[in-house]
Amino acid sequence: MCDFPFFSLVCTGEIFELKAELNSDKKEKKKEAVKKVIASMTVGKDVSALFPDVVNCMQTDNLELKKLVYLYLMNYAKSQPDMAIMAVNTFVKDCEDPNPLIRALAVRTMGCIRVDKITEYLCEPLRKCLKDEDPYVRKTAAVCVAKLHDINAQLVEDQGFLDTLKDLISDSNPMVVANAVAALSEIAESHPNSNLLDLNPQTINKLLTALNECTEWGQIFILDCLANYTPRDDRESQSICERVTPRLSHANSAVVLSAVKVLMKFMEMLPKDLDYYGTLLKKLAPPLVTLLSAEPELQYVALRNINLIVQRRPEILKHEMKVFFVKYNDPIYVKLEKLDIMIRLASQANIAQVLAELKEYATEVDVDFVRKAVRAIGRCAIKVEQSAERCVSTLLDLIQTKVNYVVQEAIVVIKDIFRKYPNKYESVIATLCENLDSLDEPEARAAMIWIVGEYAERIDNADELLESFLEGFHDESTQVQLQLLTAIVKLFLKKPTETQELVQQVLSLATQDSDNPDLRDRGYIYWRLLSTDPVAAKEVVLAEKPLISEETDLIEPTLLEELICHIGTLASVYHKPPSAFVEGSRGVQHKRLPGSAGSGESADSPDTGSAAGVSEAPPAVIPSQGDLLGDLLNLDLTPPTTSGPPPAPSSGMQMGAMDLLGGGLDSLVGLLHRTDTPQSPQLSHQSPSPPDYSPTEVGPGDHAGPVKARSPAMGAGFGAPPTAMPASFPPPVSGGLDDLFDLGGSVGMPMGAYSPPKSIWLPAMKAKGLEISGTFARRAGVIQMEMTLTNKAMSIMTDFAIQFNRNSFGLAPAGPLQVLTPVGPNQSIEVALPLSTVGPVMKMEPLTNLQVAVKNNIDVFYFSSQYPISMLFVEDGKMERQVFLATWKDIPNDNEAQFQIKDCHLNSDAASSKLQGSNVFTIAKRTVEGQDMLYQSMKLTNGIWVLAELRVQAGNPNYTVTCISKERCVHQGSSYRSNMLEF
Amino acid sequence: MIGGLFIYNHKGEVLISRVYRDDIGRNAVDAFRVNVIHARQQVRSPVTNIARTSFFHVKRSNIWLAAVTKQNVNAAMVFEFLYKMCDVMTAYFGKISEENIKNNFVLIYELLDEILDFGYPQNSETGALKTFITQQGIKGQTKEEQSQITSQVTGQIGWRREGIKYRRNELFLDVLESVNLLMSPQGQVLSAHVSGRVVMKSYLSGMPECKFGMNDKIVIDKQGKGGASDEAGKSGKQSIAIDDCTFHQCVRLSKFDSERSISFIPPDGEYELMRYRTTKDIILPFRVIPLVREVGRTKLEVKVVIKSNFKPSLLAQKIEVRIPTPLNTSGVQVICMKGKAKYKASENAIVWKIKRMAGMKESQISAEIELLPTNDKKKWARPPISMNFEVPFAPSGLKVRYLKVFESKLNYSDHDVIKWVRYIGRSGIYETRC
Repeated sequence: MCDFPFFSLVCTGEIFELKAELNSDKKEKKKEAVKKVIASMTVGKDVSALFPDVVNCMQTDNLELKKLVYLYLMNYAKSQPDMAIMAVNTFVKDCEDPNPLIRALAVRTMGCIRVDKITEYLCEPLRKCLKDEDPYVRKTAAVCVAKLHDINAQLVEDQGFLDTLKDLISDSNPMVVANAVAALSEIAESHPNSNLLDLNPQTINKLLTALNECTEWGQIFILDCLANYTPRDDRESQSICERVTPRLSHANSAVVLSAVKVLMKFMEMLPKDLDYYGTLLKKLAPPLVTLLSAEPELQYVALRNINLIVQRRPEILKHEMKVFFVKYNDPIYVKLEKLDIMIRLASQANIAQVLAELKEYATEVDVDFVRKAVRAIGRCAIKVEQSAERCVSTLLDLIQTKVNYVVQEAIVVIKDIFRKYPNKYESVIATLCENLDSLDEPEARAAMIWIVGEYAERIDNADELLESFLEGFHDESTQVQLQLLTAIVKLFLKKPTETQELVQQVLSLATQDSDNPDLRDRGYIYWRLLSTDPVAAKEVVLAEKPLISEETDLIEPTLLEELICHIGTLASVYHKPPSAFVEGSRGVQHKRLPGSAGSGESADSPDTGSAAGVSEAPPAVIPSQGDLLGDLLNLDLTPPTTSGPPPAPSSGMQMGAMDLLGGGLDSLVGLLHRTDTPQSPQLSHQSPSPPDYSPTEVGPGDHAGPVKARSPAMGAGFGAPPTAMPASFPPPVSGGLDDLFDLGGSVGMPMGAYSPPKSIWLPAMKAKGLEISGTFARRAGVIQMEMTLTNKAMSIMTDFAIQFNRNSFGLAPAGPLQVLTPVGPNQSIEVALPLSTVGPVMKMEPLTNLQVAVKNNIDVFYFSSQYPISMLFVEDGKMERQVFLATWKDIPNDNEAQFQIKDCHLNSDAASSKLQGSNVFTIAKRTVEGQDMLYQSMKLTNGIWVLAELRVQAGNPNYTVTCISKERCVHQGSSYRSNMLEF
Repeated sequence: MIGGLFIYNHKGEVLISRVYRDDIGRNAVDAFRVNVIHARQQVRSPVTNIARTSFFHVKRSNIWLAAVTKQNVNAAMVFEFLYKMCDVMTAYFGKISEENIKNNFVLIYELLDEILDFGYPQNSETGALKTFITQQGIKGQTKEEQSQITSQVTGQIGWRREGIKYRRNELFLDVLESVNLLMSPQGQVLSAHVSGRVVMKSYLSGMPECKFGMNDKIVIDKQGKGGASDEAGKSGKQSIAIDDCTFHQCVRLSKFDSERSISFIPPDGEYELMRYRTTKDIILPFRVIPLVREVGRTKLEVKVVIKSNFKPSLLAQKIEVRIPTPLNTSGVQVICMKGKAKYKASENAIVWKIKRMAGMKESQISAEIELLPTNDKKKWARPPISMNFEVPFAPSGLKVRYLKVFESKLNYSDHDVIKWVRYIGRSGIYETRC
């Protein structure tokens, strides 16, 4: 026999056996059988087949057995709603039982059975229980209202339970009050605008009274509810604070944190000159410190919250540095959080101690921790000027240890120190250069290259050093490549005579041999800058660098305010607003801190008004990188706008330009020609990944230093006002025509096949955080589906796979989806999926509709998209002239479709050459009465020919297109196809 | 609120699974197993978000307790609840182990049904729970008894039932302190604090009203102002500054806030009355003086002196000094004046144990550590030398001044209660860097 009889049964005959036991006459046997059923249920086995037999055991006076049966019911009622009805009678009877424990049990369980028919029967007993004489029953009934609301909100409102629940706030029993508050808060959350929790001074008073008497959990419910109240004036605010402060001495950390939340929020309303304000600030520190002696998991929650509190009100904990020193045995998650707070609290007064500690940590075992410690030293240097020298020498000591990751991390932070204090510590460059060979991480290599480029004039062999990197240029990561490019250009501007060859080399590497658009763009911009106006180039590339901020990783102020309102909750642990991780409407409304009282003038608003603490916080962030970029573009491109289209790029650029035009430059060209629209939308849709692109050309900007300005606002910055962002994704395909004719402006440029800009196919909302945007393109004769997969969830996504439904042209993936690395949160990945046209065919409506299923480790998602038919045009679509003529005549008239294209300012030659890029071939051209007629052919992947006639009248921006095809079925899609054909 | 609660064994098999909310499905059970218990890299946070579902976990020996939610819950509350759940289970069936959980799964389900309703924690005081969750059934109760139970579970004094009677009224107070120290090799105190607990065992009849007093600086200074200059001046010297304290829920916090007096009706039996923390004027019972010398690349000489720093009449016990050794240690020779010392290869440390040591004494150990030559460039991190001990006094200097008991309805007075007080100071994290 097994040791644990209840957990050991598996075999198939067991259900039968259990059935017999459940129907046994002996009570003991019955009970044992139910226990076995529950045990199997726990392990995940399906025992729903026993439903009627188990329910039969419900009629018993043995409370333990009854509870077990109820547990079973809660699990399986939903899958067997009809059977569940059998239990109703017992529930209703139990609700009348003289024993309050049984009454409560019945109402508690009934609320957990989510079957509509049962809920109907629940109303009457619930009404009675809400007014029961026994507080235990009332407190259970209060929660039951929330359960019922979750199942059927309308029913709860109709039955008037909400009013009864509100009455319970005045109940004599504190626990009933607490549960009623909890239930009401939850219901109110799903009705953001209702005035359900009508908080007024009277109810607040009741809550505060109950606060002193109820259980620890009840105190949490009440405090969390209080935090949603906004007092009328500072006096009320103070009196509430006074009654909440005693909670700071509670043994339960959650009570303490919730009290801190209420105080932090209401403090905003107190005038700063009030004595009480100072007292309150002093009272907050000790309980926060005490939280650090709790169990590690709670310490973690507390530290995440302290991180917020310190940002909002640094004065509270400014003297408590020592308690955040890391202990050798702390779990790693506590260590990392403590380190963060240490840096925030570092000041001139305590910097010596902090540095000594950090140096100690840099010799620990955990790699992440050590790295963070080294980084922290750099941040101290930037934050406290007086300590910079000591920090640098500490970092040099660490470099001497030759521990690989320590050295690399140190170099990264030293770069930032150079940024902050130019011309001060350059003497250490020699030491840094010694370690050049040991750097194998991109960030460290990039930092080192930046240093060499920045101080090229002082490093005698700068050109040799940079040249050595250049050898393996293509194996470097993008970050390093970009940096190397910039560094060499800087070097060239400083020492033009010796390094001409080097700069040529790097520019051609970047523009010709690279397939990374960022790198090519940067290369081209430098190239053009250098060739047109070296003086301007010098001004741009070697411009004065803006100051880097002292404070780092600050949470953006409005988010911080919101998070302060969520102290103690998950939001404060994740440092994300609830809407980022909660599904549905719950908790999505944004909470804000109340405005400060007193004058009520704007000068006293919470942002500016929170005294010395925060007012020094708004840091001297890099002044809008975006503007710089905008300037740069103007600088480069404005002159051509006035003088017509930009000159064709020099021959050296030709090769790269080919597909660059297809992707990157089109928007730039659009920019030139659509003078009536603001430039921002175009700018933004050229960069599917703004953070990567944004700092590119702004020589100084890419060294945002330790700021790592990746806050959303900054990332999207890029010269475009954030509001313009939505415009960046043009509506799918149907808008394609417009885009094409924008493109049309660039006459004379060799064209790649048109591919519409990426549009969002699958919004993150619908796919548990996976966002897919993409487009189709034909590249070198291969149809490709180009997608950007963005992970907006908080967990890693892996195991991507893709499948298509049958479609009109038999499109199917030619290989598996190549997503080799897991996609981390907020990461995106670019994938190009080659397509074949040999899959199963089924006619779709509209013709070019494609239904796609994407799978990852989380779920399977479906979306549909439409592909431009032009990508199905094959390269050998040029018909013989004779054949064309014969075919044209062959096709009956009713296979013909005609339509117009409006507002197109191309002449016929330009249009023809453009169309050829998309495999639409011009067979012949006639000119009749000033009208150009182009006869064109194209062939689809399935071998169907389409012929077209394009009429272009000089001076008339409208084109007329007639197209015909042998196959009617293809033709039916003409209205759609027309869109595509004429470009 | 909490959407579900799961208990797993170390293999990731689910032992208990209770779901409170509809938004938590069975797949959540597997998600936690796959992403946390079986995760390739150890998880680096006690809170994990998997596909918009948040998991909070704590581990007790090799048992995982996980609470699951999809909402923005009070995270501190969830952890407090998980700890409380562990306490309750321990109080019912002892150690939390796979065997005990399997044997008591019906009881655990019953408890979970009672202390969490729709994910909202309810009364979880063991004292109250034990009155009606017994695994024996409650049919024998009279109506009065039933209403007594419910009023206790929901009442203002949820932690104590009425009608308790003892022939001998007795109470025990334990002042348990753990003293934490981080010292630099040069003997400079980097950080030191005492975290203390006052644990009370009360065997008192009726509903006694208690008042607890200690040498809290604020209270004594206040009294000093009020008069009685002589005595106050004397005791003022011995008073201590308490940084912060927290109390069991029986203590009336508003009264403490206004008058700084600690008054309460205690639970029956053993419980923790208060916790406190002090950082000023701590008596550090031991001083550790390390001396590490690297002789060439293959040898290390270590000498450690410990000095006891308290009244010679007192005896410290269970003294243990742990001196870490490098990973590439090949052999160790130890000589110590007192106690026993041993090199434990599995723990990478020399462990030196001394049973007893009186105050104001000194002892020394010296060791020679042979090292294997390695190519490893990374230097040995030199973890700090740590110490364990137990001393019969409170390193913070805390003294219990009184504990008064009043029970107006029953005929016993404060004098009839037998009171015991004991002080124990233990080492917390007591480290000296070397």
